[in-house]
Amino acid sequence: MGTLSVNIGGLELQNPVLTASGTFGYGEEYEDLMNVNSLGGIIVKGTTLLPREGNPGPRMAETPAGMLNAVGLQNKGVDYFIDHIYPRIAEKFSTEIIVNVAGSTVADYEKVCEKLAPLPRIRAIEVNISCPNVKQGGMAFGTTTAGAAEVTRAVRKAWPKTVIMKLSPNVTSIVDIAKAVEAEGADCVSLINTLMGMAIDVERRRPYLSTITGGLSGPAVKPVAVRMVWQVAKAVGIPVIGLGGIASTRDALEFIMAGATAIQIGTANFIDPSISEKVAKGLAEYCAANGLKSITEIRGII
Amino acid sequence: MKREIMMRVHSARVYNGGTYGLLKLVPVEGILPGDIEPGQFVQVDVPDCKGAFLRRPISVNFVDYEANELWLLVRAAGKGTRSLIACVEGQQLSVILPLGRGFSMPEKGGRVLLVGGGVGVAPLLYFGKVLKDNGYVPEFALGARSAGDLLMLDEFEKYGPVHVATENGELGTKGFVTQLPAMAEDIAHIACCGPTPMMKAVAKIAKARGINCEVSLENAMACGLGACLCCVEDTDHGRVCVCTEGPVFNINQLKWEL
Repeated sequence: MGTLSVNIGGLELQNPVLTASGTFGYGEEYEDLMNVNSLGGIIVKGTTLLPREGNPGPRMAETPAGMLNAVGLQNKGVDYFIDHIYPRIAEKFSTEIIVNVAGSTVADYEKVCEKLAPLPRIRAIEVNISCPNVKQGGMAFGTTTAGAAEVTRAVRKAWPKTVIMKLSPNVTSIVDIAKAVEAEGADCVSLINTLMGMAIDVERRRPYLSTITGGLSGPAVKPVAVRMVWQVAKAVGIPVIGLGGIASTRDALEFIMAGATAIQIGTANFIDPSISEKVAKGLAEYCAANGLKSITEIRGII
Repeated sequence: MKREIMMRVHSARVYNGGTYGLLKLVPVEGILPGDIEPGQFVQVDVPDCKGAFLRRPISVNFVDYEANELWLLVRAAGKGTRSLIACVEGQQLSVILPLGRGFSMPEKGGRVLLVGGGVGVAPLLYFGKVLKDNGYVPEFALGARSAGDLLMLDEFEKYGPVHVATENGELGTKGFVTQLPAMAEDIAHIACCGPTPMMKAVAKIAKARGINCEVSLENAMACGLGACLCCVEDTDHGRVCVCTEGPVFNINQLKWEL
């Protein structure tokens, strides 16, 4: 066991650094610019039962210390992933490949899980019940304890390996949602997905996004994310994966001290494409400089 | 292959009272990658700018391999681009390059017209140079609001005849590029970059006359690497990323109503 190795609900990672779904493609987009295998794992783009075109453009607006997106789960569907993308990335990458699973109905989630289950290199799924950019499913499931519990129960039956439930911050009590998915057998929770936001172009008197509202990410959301990770980590017994605005080793340490077992880097990949590799190295250096035998020694010390 | 390299501002100048800036960058170490193609773009990290969070996608204006220089022609469109224009000699910038799919080489024989509007003339300079190096005789049709917005004309003249139009009539033909006499003559191939209404007007002419025509789009981007799926455009093969499938598209691929 290395200094940085961590266990997220049964899945052993060589280090706590993952890349957030929707910000890292399938890893291949970044392979010229960094060593993808230096990471604990990659979480690939949200995958649905059928292909999805996503929302029309414009889908992006830059905001203070962050950005809004309204992609809307554009992907080629789980069959295309299995036939065309998985064989390529399973061969290329030795690091963990986690698939983010999304759906419009509970049955969709189940079917995607059943299709992915035979793939040996996929040892965990992250279940997206928190996408703010789709009309059906997505965040609708993640904003009530009953909805979150229902999806978790279904996925738990259809997926024998590690289940990570990705939670929405757009709720009154994220702790209640986390407890609900834990009770239904989730192995792990990841938080936070994007915060719902909006921006208006005052010259053109129109919203910047085609969907009017979108998901806010980047350093702007980090303090909210740290607070939620801290609250959830205190309240549940399963591991918490923290994300939301992480752009440096220091940011990652903040989440770990707040109680995160692992972290995800998202929007920061757009600005510094090798930031995830740098953070993995930075955490190793921090442990060495502070005489830690394991990064877990500082987990949840707040 | 994509690379992130540190580059140093070798020279910086502004045009039209700071509305535009030309940055000539050299790698801090080593030589420029040899695979930069006309019509491709780079992602520049804007240094110390409060209002600019993301990198700025900027098209390749020119590559001078002898001088080891990459030229970027930038319009001050917002905080980020203003901050880039304000860069001074010696300043260092992180640049990811080369990105996207550039202009294709036209079939030999016919007349090739490179049509640019405003700062959209930028990628046509390097394309013109590469065309000339490959035995073509490119012609340029460049338009802008006023004479001060017509950029780098002396550079364009090195690679082929230049036809200009200004909306206020200060220089060349009064009106839009589409009104230039050079547009009315026989044309086999058009490469176009500029504001969307101008590109649509050019595409309409090209379509009506059966001219092969490519346009360079600039949808708002985040990653520039094909990962975030923010900059999509509807095409004949679905909703695709402008940053990887483009920025240059043949007009026949696009769903524009012409």
